[in-house]
Amino acid sequence: MTRSIHPVLIALTVLVFIFLVGPLVIVLGAALSDTSYLTFPPQGLSLRWFENIFEIEAFRRTIVTSLEIAFLSTGIALVVGVPAAYALNRYRIQLPGWLSTLFILPVLVPELVLGFSLLKNVATQFHAPIFVSLVLGHSLLVLPYVVRVISASLAAFDFSIEEAAISLGSPRLKTFFTILLPNVRSGVIAAFILAFITSINDVSISIFLTGPGISTLPIQILAHMEQFFDPTVASVSVLLMGLTVAVMAAVERTLGLTFFAK
Amino acid sequence: MTQALSIQSITAHYGTTKVLEDLSLEVAEGELVSLLGASGCGKTTTLRLVAGFLEPTSGKIELGGKDLTRLPAHQRNIGLVFQNYALFPHLSVADNVGFGLKQRGISGDAKTKRVNAMLERVGLAPFGDRLPGALSGGQKQRVALARALVIEPPLLMFDEPLSNLDAKLRVDMRVEIRQLQRANGTTSVYVTHDQEEAFSISDRVAIMHAGRIMQLDTPETLYQRPANAFVARFVGFENLIPMTVVARGGAGVTAEAAGGVRLTLSQDQFGAIPDAFTLACRADGLAVTTSADGIPATLGLRTYLGRAYQYQCDTPAGHLTANGPLTRPLEIGAAAKLVPVPEQCTILAPE
Repeated sequence: MTRSIHPVLIALTVLVFIFLVGPLVIVLGAALSDTSYLTFPPQGLSLRWFENIFEIEAFRRTIVTSLEIAFLSTGIALVVGVPAAYALNRYRIQLPGWLSTLFILPVLVPELVLGFSLLKNVATQFHAPIFVSLVLGHSLLVLPYVVRVISASLAAFDFSIEEAAISLGSPRLKTFFTILLPNVRSGVIAAFILAFITSINDVSISIFLTGPGISTLPIQILAHMEQFFDPTVASVSVLLMGLTVAVMAAVERTLGLTFFAK
Repeated sequence: MTQALSIQSITAHYGTTKVLEDLSLEVAEGELVSLLGASGCGKTTTLRLVAGFLEPTSGKIELGGKDLTRLPAHQRNIGLVFQNYALFPHLSVADNVGFGLKQRGISGDAKTKRVNAMLERVGLAPFGDRLPGALSGGQKQRVALARALVIEPPLLMFDEPLSNLDAKLRVDMRVEIRQLQRANGTTSVYVTHDQEEAFSISDRVAIMHAGRIMQLDTPETLYQRPANAFVARFVGFENLIPMTVVARGGAGVTAEAAGGVRLTLSQDQFGAIPDAFTLACRADGLAVTTSADGIPATLGLRTYLGRAYQYQCDTPAGHLTANGPLTRPLEIGAAAKLVPVPEQCTILAPE
């Protein structure tokens, strides 16, 4: 059985794919170019710009800083966000409606405003160390994602399951870890990945909070581009893409990607 | 093992709304008492108070003489069976059943033995390794039952356990539940909105309305001798006719209803009749006749019930529902007499 597909539909689909994949191909090409400036198609093939990333001390340092901040802020957001999402769902009837909106607020406020107010209030007012301000800022940035994603998987959770466990002699807190968490595991993993990627990619908040000696990778990429227009930035981008693909592949192998679509 | 439950003058609120008012209930050892009523009557609230998921505003709950009122839910040792089964989706059937034993520090062979014995009893021995998702509704409810019973609780509570099953399975399962409950002699509280289910399974039934128990009695008494108008309506007395006694004579008591309708009722058949009362009649309890003395009626809509025809009747005493024989269907607008059949009628004292 064959079905004829309208040529316009085929053309549109191809265009969309070019639009989605094209930039990635260009970045990959530019990263492999042997020239000392960004160009596409690549002229000559070389891995020296990848090498260059690790030769520049600022890149090495900011990659580590970015990973540290992403892990810490995602961790904090999970520690705060999972119980928050639990409470918002479990006690939805008893709690006022605006409370759940409160946890979405950081997404609604323009990130630049968020970054500026963090700078003014946390960094300047309390003289918090740069690293601490960055971690706090990123925690705030990714918290809404955690709360939303966990809430979505809790919406399908039947809380009488929790009551069944309690009635069988399991204390409330223990029930949370042994019964509730295993059942929203995919939600927690999805939230972790989303939050982690959001933190790694963030520019607008970090740009306010980074300072002498401490920077994040995206800020370093910007700084580097301002001074050198060489393919190093393309190489870094390819590395980041590779990291994302690796994470996704790991998730696909262990859980299947379908839970992102839920 | 099994213990008596005593609920003493419980009042409960949701926020500022009062959902239970001064409710008391005694369930004897080994007895199964149903809480029956429409949604919002307080039956599930009562169950959740006993389970410890809600706290009463005032009153006391005792199990086997021990005060439970302020005890945390997980220390109450009460078996619960939920409407939506509430199985742990990430645990196998055997682990679901063994969950309560694990909490009690029972593990290894002792646990496996008890879990297997319980699965055997509910007919699920070959299903121990499956996940709950792979079971049918009836099987899930059996697992839930096994999970609640295996901890040998002094009290077992059911919250609409059969509502999600189809009609045939519902009847099979309630027989099974009753047999297991009797065999174990476990004191039980059973919440349902289904009258047939409650009556068939219970030693006694508490009919609830607006946070109070309207009547607590055996199913037979509730069905034949309701104590008040609410329970009478609930158990199917369609016609409630307020009456006043006008004469007491040898043959019986003559009483008058609205519109000057007079009926003579035999004290032998109806028992003591107070001066003012309500005559409660099922549709079967008002025979549609053309000859005898009775309530004069104009017949309205006729519906076919299979065993009888049912008529909506206009009478001087108000609108009444009565059943007539299949042999002689009567037409809309026909005049007839409605005669109370004592076996299907009862006298309600003024409230």
